[in-house]
Amino acid sequence: MSEVLVLIDHVDGAVRKPAYELLTIAKRLGEPSAVFIGPAEAADAAVEAVKKYGAEKVYVVDDTEIKGYLVAPKAEALQQIAGQASPSAILITSSAEGKEIAGRLAVKLDSGVITDAVDVQDNGGPETTQSVFAGSYTVRAKVTHGTPIITVKPNAATPEESTGAGAVEQVSVSLSDSAKKAQVVASQPRESSGRPELTEAAIVVSGGRGTGGDFSEVEDFADALGAAVGASRAAVDSGWKPHAFQIGQTGKTVSPQLYVANGISGAIQHRAGMQTSKNIVAVNKDEEAPIFELVDFGVVGDLHTVLPAATEKINARKG
Amino acid sequence: MKYVPDATADQKFEDDLTVDRAAVPGLLSELDEYAVEQALQIKEKSENPESVEVTALCVGPAEAVDAVRKALQMGADKGIHVADDSIAGSDALATSKVLAAAVKKAGDVDVVMCGMASTDGAMSVVPAMLAERLDLPQLTLASVVEFQGDQFRVKRDGDTSTDVLGATAPLVLSVTDQSGEARYPSFKGIMAAKKKPMETWSLGDLGVDAGEVGLSAAWTKVEAADARPPRTQGEIVTDEDGSGATALVEFLASKKFI
Ligand SMILES: Cc1cc2nc3c(=O)[nH]c(=O)nc-3n(C[C@H](O)[C@H](O)[C@H](O)COP(=O)(O)OP(=O)(O)OC[C@H]3O[C@@H](n4cnc5c(N)ncnc54)[C@H](O)[C@@H]3O)c2cc1C
Ligand SMILES: Cc1cc2nc3c(=O)[nH]c(=O)nc-3n(C[C@H](O)[C@H](O)[C@H](O)COP(=O)(O)OP(=O)(O)OC[C@H]3O[C@@H](n4cnc5c(N)ncnc54)[C@H](O)[C@@H]3O)c2cc1C
Repeated sequence: MSEVLVLIDHVDGAVRKPAYELLTIAKRLGEPSAVFIGPAEAADAAVEAVKKYGAEKVYVVDDTEIKGYLVAPKAEALQQIAGQASPSAILITSSAEGKEIAGRLAVKLDSGVITDAVDVQDNGGPETTQSVFAGSYTVRAKVTHGTPIITVKPNAATPEESTGAGAVEQVSVSLSDSAKKAQVVASQPRESSGRPELTEAAIVVSGGRGTGGDFSEVEDFADALGAAVGASRAAVDSGWKPHAFQIGQTGKTVSPQLYVANGISGAIQHRAGMQTSKNIVAVNKDEEAPIFELVDFGVVGDLHTVLPAATEKINARKG
Repeated sequence: MKYVPDATADQKFEDDLTVDRAAVPGLLSELDEYAVEQALQIKEKSENPESVEVTALCVGPAEAVDAVRKALQMGADKGIHVADDSIAGSDALATSKVLAAAVKKAGDVDVVMCGMASTDGAMSVVPAMLAERLDLPQLTLASVVEFQGDQFRVKRDGDTSTDVLGATAPLVLSVTDQSGEARYPSFKGIMAAKKKPMETWSLGDLGVDAGEVGLSAAWTKVEAADARPPRTQGEIVTDEDGSGATALVEFLASKKFI
């Protein structure tokens, strides 16, 4: 069986959930091989982690020389590994960086690229599902030339444990000078909020302009449900939340089991980021708000009274 | 900058599963207005603005000239529209190939400025592909652009960190919608745009073979495009004296979220 390369998404060596999802998808398509580009001292732990999700082989690339540069060196590393492994597909997480690596790799390998897949199945080769035009269409597609390069959105699969051999292969990548042209001058890690990661959370509670700038009621409600907190662009543009919280066309796409929109009108660009949520709930004082067209359950009311009361009731139930 | 179907209208697909671009009015991709704005600001903030020329480049069908015109009205100095029937149906690889060839033909380019994504395909790969093809550094997804001479610094909000990136021109930049609101064309700008130089190039002008682009040379194939069934509206209650919170909590409990 041919190898399917999976670029492992991690933070300082700590493997992120989307990587396990990709390994699970890779198993449908062939033999999963993980590619870990990261700090040498974190490699052992990463190898152990990906083995548990079926990685038969792990290509380990020490990133000492490349971590100061943007995406280009990672694309070169993948090109080199693909050259020796002749994989039947290459899977990358659909993050901003992941998509750019995929784009560069597609040019290098002269291969077709599909981004933002929400599902990948084996149908005589990888067949992707994309949700396009703000979620109004579902598109199935295939790569017809070269090595299929596919970026997959978080939550596209449920990670399944299965032991892989995890045979380690150290790869030393020879980088071109041109890959080092864009430097990372400074980097500030995102502070953890203690809440679940937005794109991975099972429940997302978000607030918009209707919060009037005070997110505490939205946050308390989220905490009662163990949810991640999100925001509309209006809330972000007003400086009430950092851009990392934004959901929508130019923010994050979420696809949780439950999405609760509070004081959000439901503009098409916001819908683009949450329309595929399994259950949608809205609290909005305007019964004409377009968000109500999408909801499984809606409350026409003032979020400043509805949310605190609901939070109290949920906490009381939990005892 | 790309000419795209209006994202707020209902999209349709053709029988060959390409986007039906006639079904929906087209416009300059809103996210590319931010790119035009930042390009104009680079000109205005540079030491010698008169020596800096902003060229608006668009690859697209005949109507796409409207996107170029909009950029000229905003203040770009010159327009290039690459139009050729063989380009229709191109994938990202082919699009970036045509764009790279056009940038090369345009000559002495210091900054290739792009938007963060088109509002139709929304892949966010074209700027990286351009950097790869042109062998230039990429400073992409910038929310802030700063420069001194040919030294550029940008701020990029990543998934797990916020980074400052640096590179020396020539380079490829892409800017997000956090980079600053785009200006509206003034009446003066609209009048001035009519006299600005505009060129239309074909594939032949770029030395790109028609066989390398278009639907037949796309290395991804759409097999099906199905309209998502509209969501059926669920129950909606009006809050009165706390009834809203009670009903909300009951709904959440019935779905086992609490
Ligand atoms: C190119 C482009 C990209 C964009 N990308 C995004 C994106 O990624 N994400 C995004 O969200 N938007 C995006 N937008 C913006 C989008 O078009 C809307 O402007 C935005 O989503 C509106 O945010 P909102 O719903 O919070 O505010 P509004 O539209 O102002 O809605 C506020 C809502 O709150 C309700 N409300 C007010 N007070 C209360 C109260 N006390 N209790 C309950 N309800 C109350 C009001 O009835 C109203 O419905 C984009 C726009 C463009 C042009
Ligand atoms: C719904 C949909 C899904 C698609 N999925 C895929 C896919 O999975 N794989 C694939 O290879 N192709 C796909 N395509 C085709 C692809 O979108 C086009 O080939 C496209 O021109 C390049 O990608 P993009 O528009 O997504 O650009 P992006 O990478 O999102 O665009 C980024 C920036 O590049 C610049 N740019 C992009 N196109 C042009 C242009 N024509 N002229 C000038 N500047 C431009 C703009 O500044 C833009 O803001 C898809 C198209 C649609 C409509």
